[in-house]
Amino acid sequence: MKILVFAEQRDNKFKKPAFEAVKTARMLADRLSGEVVAIVVGDNVQSIAPALGGYGAHKILVAEDGRLARYAPGAYASIVAEAARVQQATVVVLSATALGKDLSPRVAVKLDAGLASECTGLTVEGEEIVATRPVFAGKALTQLKITSTVKVYTLRPNVFSSGETNGTSAPVEKFSVSLTEQDFSCVVKEVKASSGKLDVAEANIIVTGGRGLKGPEGFGMIEDLAGALGAAVGASRAVVDAGWRPHEEQVGQTGKTVSPSLYVAVAVSGAIQHLAGMSSSKYIVAVNKDKDAPIFQVATYGIVADAFEIVPALAAEVKKLLGK
Amino acid sequence: MKLAACINHVPDTAAKISIAADGKTIDKTGVTYVISPYDEFAVEECLRLKEKNGGDVTVISLGGDTHRETLRKALAMGADKAVLLKDDGVRDSFGVARALADELKELSPDIVFFGKQSVDYDDGAVGVMVAEMLGLPSVSVVVKLDIAGGKATAEREVEGGREVVETSLPAVFTAQKGLNEPRYPSLKGIMGAKSKPIEERPASPVTSKTELLQTQKPSAKPAGRIIGTDVTAVPELVRLLHEEAKVI
Ligand SMILES: Cc1cc2nc3c(=O)[nH]c(=O)nc-3n(C[C@H](O)[C@H](O)[C@H](O)COP(=O)(O)OP(=O)(O)OC[C@H]3O[C@@H](n4cnc5c(N)ncnc54)[C@H](O)[C@@H]3O)c2cc1C
Ligand SMILES: Nc1ncnc2c1ncn2[C@@H]1O[C@H](COP(=O)(O)O)[C@@H](O)[C@H]1O
Repeated sequence: MKILVFAEQRDNKFKKPAFEAVKTARMLADRLSGEVVAIVVGDNVQSIAPALGGYGAHKILVAEDGRLARYAPGAYASIVAEAARVQQATVVVLSATALGKDLSPRVAVKLDAGLASECTGLTVEGEEIVATRPVFAGKALTQLKITSTVKVYTLRPNVFSSGETNGTSAPVEKFSVSLTEQDFSCVVKEVKASSGKLDVAEANIIVTGGRGLKGPEGFGMIEDLAGALGAAVGASRAVVDAGWRPHEEQVGQTGKTVSPSLYVAVAVSGAIQHLAGMSSSKYIVAVNKDKDAPIFQVATYGIVADAFEIVPALAAEVKKLLGK
Repeated sequence: MKLAACINHVPDTAAKISIAADGKTIDKTGVTYVISPYDEFAVEECLRLKEKNGGDVTVISLGGDTHRETLRKALAMGADKAVLLKDDGVRDSFGVARALADELKELSPDIVFFGKQSVDYDDGAVGVMVAEMLGLPSVSVVVKLDIAGGKATAEREVEGGREVVETSLPAVFTAQKGLNEPRYPSLKGIMGAKSKPIEERPASPVTSKTELLQTQKPSAKPAGRIIGTDVTAVPELVRLLHEEAKVI
């Protein structure tokens, strides 16, 4: 059997979830005596493709075209589905990134395949893949199997380990599909970057501020701490609704779901909708002056004190440690 | 302009979730159900498009009789027509999408809106699946939308920014928070909704491609450690993060 992995790149660089997907596919392939075929779609991506060998790809397909430099949903879906058909792949793995979540439902329909999205676990039981995914905003976990011949999975970023590359390279082949005008009926015209800031959805460390910071000024010290840690700044909904911070920083059920290695929640109460977005973080630190705040129930380490005293001291201590 | 929004009826985001005796589904006792929050943005956007361009708004929900409540709410907000695709069983996103696509093919709207995800099973898949089934372009996770000259320009949220996407119409969109501020139904709207029809027909047969094996509560994390209650706790916290957790 073959597993096709869509390895996402942006600006001709792989995103970390691409390596996680390849590595996870390899783990599955080893258990199922299968083979991993990775596909890279873009413009001038041939040179970056071999790197996927180091994470476990047996073979790498490259689909290149000037019109594919930016995401084009129709064209990308046609390419990935066609690659799955040609390779006779029965499993397709993508990352649950903005792009992967948009692409995977189309690929699933084209292949008449069931989809398990935002998986946080994939295991092999007997000859079958069992997917684990959070539902009801993480208040429950389901285990499911896909019953169609072809099966599509998307993996929540930062949950599966990519490990380090082992330096192996894999053969790279060109893959081309004749694309129609209809494949480009919807195209990305422009990408507006949010001022070069690190995005919470991609950050390994996040420092989030809540309403207890009293106003937008309270975020000065949060930014300082985030800077010291190389972290992204996150916000609770209360803070976003008050207009102190932009919506793209919101973490939670109606914001972004994150699972960084370290999540620092400052003056955030830990409402259930907030926890929904961050409780799968590996380590959680809470700073709150109310010892009964629900955030302490998910926190690995807590300090019950005034954020305005703790945060500057914490930033200073981190800078000392990291020699900044 | 013919507009449609597909809306789901889901447990309130604050609801406590417990697992039913079958070990698979959730126990519905005492759970309040509401229109899925993102679907409210979808309805609102359709209403705004109608106010600007004329036309009518149809809302569609697939599910049991309880879904009438959510359809009624959308009618009270200002939708013109509602359709209940009756189905008392369980189906996955593929199965839901298939039935909605079958219904929408008949209706053939210029714009179909979905929420970016249902806050129950959190698949985030149905809208784009429907688009593919209907052979339509789609833009998901939309925070801004402009329609002009038979084309749509939408902004969607991606990591580190926004993509500006241009698409031909008819098209499918899925709504993200930030797109608009949903209105509250007015008293007049609520009264008016009572006389608006809710058509009912059976949903097309189930075509699910997944099988739910079990559902559990996540294992409770061990209770956190309170390091201290003042600034003297800071060095210890940093030491733990560095030496024990090894995250900094
Ligand atoms: C449908 C729906 C969706 C939602 N989605 C989200 C979502 O995606 N994300 C989200 O975050 N919320 C969401 N919410 C809102 C959520 O219910 C809470 O209202 C929100 O998370 C509260 O934000 P907060 O913790 O910043 O504020 P509060 O709950 O007001 O908490 C402030 C905290 O700061 C502490 N504090 C005050 N002063 C200090 C100080 N000087 N030092 C230290 N601590 C201090 C207080 O003890 C308190 O615990 C949603 C709600 C609904 C109904
Ligand atoms: N039972 C349903 N009836 C109508 N629309 C639905 C239903 N389930 C999902 N949807 C729509 O599809 C979107 C995405 O749902 P999902 O893929 O399940 O997360 C929702 O926001 C709704 O717009």
